[in-house]
Amino acid sequence: MKHAQTYQLNVDEMNGFFEQLSEKYDIYAPVRISCGGRYAKDDSIIYQPINTYQEIEFHERSTYPLKEVLTPITQTLFYFTEDEFKESKSPQKDILIFGRACDINSIKIQDQIYLKNGNIEDYFYKRIRDKVKFILMDCPEQFEGCFCCSVGANKTDMQSLAVSDNNGSAYVQVYDSDFANYFAKYAAVNHEIQPPLKNELKVDYPVIDNLELANKLKEHPMWKEFDARCIGCGSCTVSCSTCTCFETTDIVYTQNAHIGERRRTCSSCMIDGFDKVASGQSFRKKTSEKYRYKILHKVYGYNARFHTGPMCVGCGRCSARCPELISYPATLNKLSQAIKEIKGGVQHD
Amino acid sequence: MTNNPVKPTACKLLDIMPQTQTEWTFRVKNNLPIKHGQFMQLSLPKVGEAPISISGFGNGYVDFTIRKVGKVTDGLFSLRKGDNIFIRGCYGNGWPIEQFKNKTVVIIAGGTGVSPVKSLINMLCDDSDYAKEIYLILGFKNSHSILFADELKKWQTASHFHVIYTLDDEDYPGFQKGLVTDFIKKIPFTAFADEYECIIVGPPIMMKFVGMDLLMNKIPEKKIWMSFERKMSCGIGKCGHCRIDETYVCLDGPVFNYTVGKKLID
Ligand SMILES: Cc1cc2nc3c(=O)[nH]c(=O)nc-3n(C[C@H](O)[C@H](O)[C@H](O)COP(=O)(O)OP(=O)(O)OC[C@H]3O[C@@H](n4cnc5c(N)ncnc54)[C@H](O)[C@@H]3O)c2cc1C
Ligand code: SF4
Ligand code: SF4
Ligand code: FES
Repeated sequence: MKHAQTYQLNVDEMNGFFEQLSEKYDIYAPVRISCGGRYAKDDSIIYQPINTYQEIEFHERSTYPLKEVLTPITQTLFYFTEDEFKESKSPQKDILIFGRACDINSIKIQDQIYLKNGNIEDYFYKRIRDKVKFILMDCPEQFEGCFCCSVGANKTDMQSLAVSDNNGSAYVQVYDSDFANYFAKYAAVNHEIQPPLKNELKVDYPVIDNLELANKLKEHPMWKEFDARCIGCGSCTVSCSTCTCFETTDIVYTQNAHIGERRRTCSSCMIDGFDKVASGQSFRKKTSEKYRYKILHKVYGYNARFHTGPMCVGCGRCSARCPELISYPATLNKLSQAIKEIKGGVQHD
Repeated sequence: MTNNPVKPTACKLLDIMPQTQTEWTFRVKNNLPIKHGQFMQLSLPKVGEAPISISGFGNGYVDFTIRKVGKVTDGLFSLRKGDNIFIRGCYGNGWPIEQFKNKTVVIIAGGTGVSPVKSLINMLCDDSDYAKEIYLILGFKNSHSILFADELKKWQTASHFHVIYTLDDEDYPGFQKGLVTDFIKKIPFTAFADEYECIIVGPPIMMKFVGMDLLMNKIPEKKIWMSFERKMSCGIGKCGHCRIDETYVCLDGPVFNYTVGKKLID
């Protein structure tokens, strides 16, 4: 356990702290972007660079996940001329990101794929990941559909600092000695920032411990309803903290120019064409097959490869973003039921 | 700077050898070590990238036999000798050639599926002591889609080779009419004792039926090897396109033993 002192700072003091940090760090946090709508729902909350404490949105779940700081929806990889590929510029400063426990834990899953899979490190991910440190935000309120406790993502030890907003003042708990100097002038207070310990929503997160069972589940009738319900829009995977798939595409600036760039763009196994090969064949044509593929990756495929548990941190964004109101926890509960049926030997036609 | 696995290197296009109207072999300068059955990512700046099997390699070069089907491949077909092709790789596990030593090898391939197995066949042809006897069943759609005509002749005359070449629905000298599956019964599996291995490569549907036929002929699953084609974007286990459950075809394949391949359900 890291030794962690807590300090209490008012807004001006927090802003002074941010200003001192700004020499070395870019600070990212969830920020409310007003779309000019009358209702709060018309706003979106996204991760953006901030300068002041007041910009941070503490009271609502961000619409899009923390991963976007590391792997933006679209990212330039290379610039090219006739004979040369040149890597895009790396971030100059170090990066501090405000995130909740689930959000920070999701980066472990991103790390697993981008840095460890196949023992190959992705250059573009690595160069930014090495610069990142996290500031943990506590979750005194929680949001509709959160189930971090069901997947063990409610606690983390990856934070350098933890911050709890206390009606305009902030508790700051300092874990990383790199930051200790900033707080030397303050007296420590007696306050522990607490992780969320239980959620209103409990999910019976399914466990599939072998490929035979996973393959049997592929034939289960539970997926059929999604042909009618899911429209294959990919909103769930774009907003997912843990999904990582991407597309690579080239663009040219103007028709005849010799220069252009190669980009990486967030992709989704929920959309048509994701699995299309040169013969024109797709392997998962029906929406129910795509949805089943996505769910079984989160529940089975990821853990079967890396043995680190679910590919999900219970952030609830997938359900919150689905235009068809498809509940991922409800699917998980059904899947758990289907597993029980199969293990108990119930037959389906 | 650390090594960037997706950064392509410019390599000179040494030669272009048309096979059919829409399938050409591109010979590219290369000095990297290669295993039979691997693939590389070819790219054209401004157009994009595509995974392409290595159809041949030798001192200082690598061959790709490419079918013109879309953006990148169209772009490649507009290149000329001396131009640059950008490549990265090699990727994939390749054929388990140790398994083939001193055994009879049965190879059943169709269409562009001959590409990823061509360098292996040539090796087995040139080094007649490596394996015992080689049985080839290679199928093409029609006389206009025959690939590697020169090599087909060479293999036909090798004394340790038994070849059957087929065209789906055309009578043509040197070829039998029918699908590759129609000729599996001509292979004297019972005469091989236990000392043989089988390779299947081709379009997914062809591999499925050939696999079923082999099993019906009581060929043990563990003697069957296949090369899978799945959508690939990165080739290094990051983009997710080629994943089937815990398996990444780009990293763990594209060659799989049947005992593994039969469980890969998309
Ligand atoms: C491991 C591996 C090895 C491979 N080896 C080889 C090989 O040795 N040789 C080879 O030729 N290919 C090989 N392929 C397939 C090759 O990668 C694809 O053909 C290539 O990605 C196509 O890229 P493209 O940009 O030219 O096509 P894209 O533009 O991406 O087109 C892809 C799809 O769109 C369809 N399409 C394109 N244009 C049209 C149109 N005008 N109308 C209708 N449909 C259209 C194509 O039929 C195809 O299904 C391999 C693939 C893998 C995964
Ligand atoms: S699957 Fe849903 S709940 Fe789980 S990490 Fe992704 S968006 Fe969050
Ligand atoms: S967001 Fe909903 S409708 Fe869209 S692909 Fe996901 S589950 Fe289907
Ligand atoms: S091709 Fe990208 S993960 Fe296999």
